[in-house]
Amino acid sequence: MGEGETMGLITDIRNSVRRVTDNLFDSGEPKRIGIYGPPNAGKTTLANRISRDWTGDVIGPESEIPHETRRASRKENVEIKRNGKTVTIDIVDTPGVTTKVDYEEFVAYDLDEDEAIERSREATEGVAEAMHWLREDVDGVLYVLDSSNDPFTQVNTMLIGIIESQNLPVLVLANKTDLEDSNVGRIQNAFPQHDTLAMSALEGENMDDVYDRIAEKFG
Amino acid sequence: MIDVGEVTHDSADGVRIDMVSAERLDGMATMEKIRMVLDAVHEGNIVILEAGLAPDEESKLIEVTMSEIDPDGFSGIEIETYPKSSSDPSLIDRLVGGSSTSKLTVIGPANRIETLHKDESLISALVSRQ
Ligand SMILES: Nc1nc2c(ncn2[C@@H]2O[C@H](COP(=O)(O)OP(=O)(O)OP(=O)(O)O)[C@@H](O)[C@H]2O)c(=O)[nH]1
Ligand SMILES: [Mg+2]
Repeated sequence: MGEGETMGLITDIRNSVRRVTDNLFDSGEPKRIGIYGPPNAGKTTLANRISRDWTGDVIGPESEIPHETRRASRKENVEIKRNGKTVTIDIVDTPGVTTKVDYEEFVAYDLDEDEAIERSREATEGVAEAMHWLREDVDGVLYVLDSSNDPFTQVNTMLIGIIESQNLPVLVLANKTDLEDSNVGRIQNAFPQHDTLAMSALEGENMDDVYDRIAEKFG
Repeated sequence: MIDVGEVTHDSADGVRIDMVSAERLDGMATMEKIRMVLDAVHEGNIVILEAGLAPDEESKLIEVTMSEIDPDGFSGIEIETYPKSSSDPSLIDRLVGGSSTSKLTVIGPANRIETLHKDESLISALVSRQ
């Protein structure tokens, strides 16, 4: 290969790298940030808090019953103001990801059998949709975990692996730090390769830090 | 039924375990792998994949699993990868952990996690025979 060709190749590579980064980071469109994590981690509570703080609206219902969110729902053009700069993102709240859904689990929460079956049917569709979004339609991820639970689960390992394989920027959020058995260190240990932030979506603890990091990561 | 694995073993309580070698997996398309796994799991069997699945394949496996869950029957899968990055290494972790390149993914029906753990010694016996 002559020097000219080498230069041409390098220019080509540089151009295609620029195209990719343009798409991800410099296009006029706001970046779509998916909120992912296992059921009940507090994803919707976080989505609502972010949306309420910056737009005044809420995104969806929060509940102690797993699979409360069964359709991905989006809040567009959330403008986060940080140090005189404005970062505009679309927030996508997704259904908690799992590899199994047993409707009898919902009967235990006082739903009648028909409601439980309907909830489980919607939940499975929602999880499938969330996986699809993760492969095709998000530009960054807020990965939410309940810090009072063991983070070493297969679902967490697989999802983080999928996010890494897509080269998506990700912020791991150790939620529910207000709970007595919250253990943030355990999450840092589980995913040492990623930035982890402790927070409570319910109490609003540490949200300033969360917004700083969102602006840095996705701005 | 087609024998999908290189080694098939029946445990004491009649659960069939299919071991699929990395070489065999290599020659299969993503959807072929997913179908093979889910067909076996639908029958109540356990599948062990040497070298496991790629992240993208895991993502599709979850998606297809979801579409097949049915309140009257199938409630999904249980999946475990060894060695785990856990602080409490199991027998399989220690065994597989011996060589850094080996990875095993064990997939079974959701309501059979007990069986998976009970059969840990059986799985490790199969692994050591490779
Ligand atoms: N103590 C405490 N509870 C929280 C916190 N964040 C959320 N929760 C509670 O956890 C439960 C689940 O919250 P959701 O926001 O619905 O969780 P989710 O991750 O959206 O759940 P799915 O939509 O089912 O996947 C609710 O009862 C919330 O009030 C927190 O920071 N601290
Ligand atoms: Mg939710």
